[in-house]
Amino acid sequence: MSHDTPYDGLSENDDHRWAYGTGFTDPLEGIDTSVPSYVDGVALGAYCLMLGDDALIYSHRLQQWMTCLPELEEETAIANIALDLLGQARLLLARAGKADGTGRSEDRLAYFRDEVDFRNVRIVEHRDKDFAELVGRLLVFASWRLALFESLAVSKDPVLSAIAGKGVKELTYHRDYAAQWVVRLGDGTEFSRTRMQDALASFWPLVDELFRTHSVESSLPGVAADPATVRGEVDVVLDTVFATAGLQRPDSAAMAAVAGRTGRDGIHTEALGYVLAELQSVARAHPDATW
Amino acid sequence: MVSTAWDIAAETPDPELPMLTVADLGILRAVQEDGDGVVATITPTYSGCPAMHEISHDLRHRLELAGYARVAVRTQLAPAWSSNWITAQGRRKLAAAGIAAPHSLGMRAGPIPLRLTARPDAVLCPRCGSGQTAQTAAFSATACKALYRCVACSEPFEYVKAI
Repeated sequence: MSHDTPYDGLSENDDHRWAYGTGFTDPLEGIDTSVPSYVDGVALGAYCLMLGDDALIYSHRLQQWMTCLPELEEETAIANIALDLLGQARLLLARAGKADGTGRSEDRLAYFRDEVDFRNVRIVEHRDKDFAELVGRLLVFASWRLALFESLAVSKDPVLSAIAGKGVKELTYHRDYAAQWVVRLGDGTEFSRTRMQDALASFWPLVDELFRTHSVESSLPGVAADPATVRGEVDVVLDTVFATAGLQRPDSAAMAAVAGRTGRDGIHTEALGYVLAELQSVARAHPDATW
Repeated sequence: MVSTAWDIAAETPDPELPMLTVADLGILRAVQEDGDGVVATITPTYSGCPAMHEISHDLRHRLELAGYARVAVRTQLAPAWSSNWITAQGRRKLAAAGIAAPHSLGMRAGPIPLRLTARPDAVLCPRCGSGQTAQTAAFSATACKALYRCVACSEPFEYVKAI
């Protein structure tokens, strides 16, 4: 294979976009993505968007930690965790665009939707103020997502089941990494314990939202995982970590829904806009760019 | 005929671990020939594995050079890749490159155990063979590896994680 310029080698076949697009072929290429006859494709698309947006937005927040972490080992850990989540997001967004019949690509969904069209839970939107908040939030997120994905591994949608089965292995590592840091900080010095406890308090009002059953989830029995059913399991994990760490489970009220609506309905905190501004600006400034 | 296309595809190196082929790693799942066409099926190690694209590109290129007119590379997600799929030859190549091979995973029953201490898998140092090793980081330059050091010979080394 020869190219006239080195840049030709970076772009793929007839698709000459590079930077945000190059080489990102459909992650579901060659996979049977037909929606089973017993599954509502529109609801399945909406559900995949929820799980995909959780991973996309959280991955971006984790990426913002790059070069700012205290040790090189934590840099590689967080980079790899963010990459795993980005991989999950790509698969889920690709699944969403195919299942709902709109044919929207992962790029279209990631870069060209506005804030109100994102369906992520609000806990993933915030910038961590310190390392304790990073590992505390990651512990909650990974424990919750791992429990959901374990349920989804037997989903009646074969594509969702495959994505979840793969994700379970990754999330197990994420949860252990976060749990070990929460224990180390909680069971460390008085100073580190206080910082860890404060960190939990800062995002705890957003934990309740993770376990609220949404109408999309209840409309997909056997296909979606009902988050209310994994609460007990996640609580056991979190309580085990907190007991080992000498930390108290925060007792704060849940952040209010707006007329019953939360992140899953497009009601977000102001923090999401900052994520999207950074995530989407290049793609939107040069929507048909050839690089 | 099937073995011919398989043999060509199987020589494709992994971009991250170039001493191993995609067949050694268990990433290459199937190669099906149909006249002058061929379909190679690969599976990612991790969901975000950035090497998938390069592997796909390289596979296509090699099969085209071998004379196949129609080449397709497909992704397969289920069953999810397991480090148990690394072949005996792949494990020998890893060891020869100073990378510890993953231990083999059994079937799990019940909930996934939570690890609250960095209780590493029992890993032998690929340089001196000592079992006195310690994990320095659960993640490394790639998602599929962890960092270890040998207490006996003091050398750091990488370990392909068991998943």
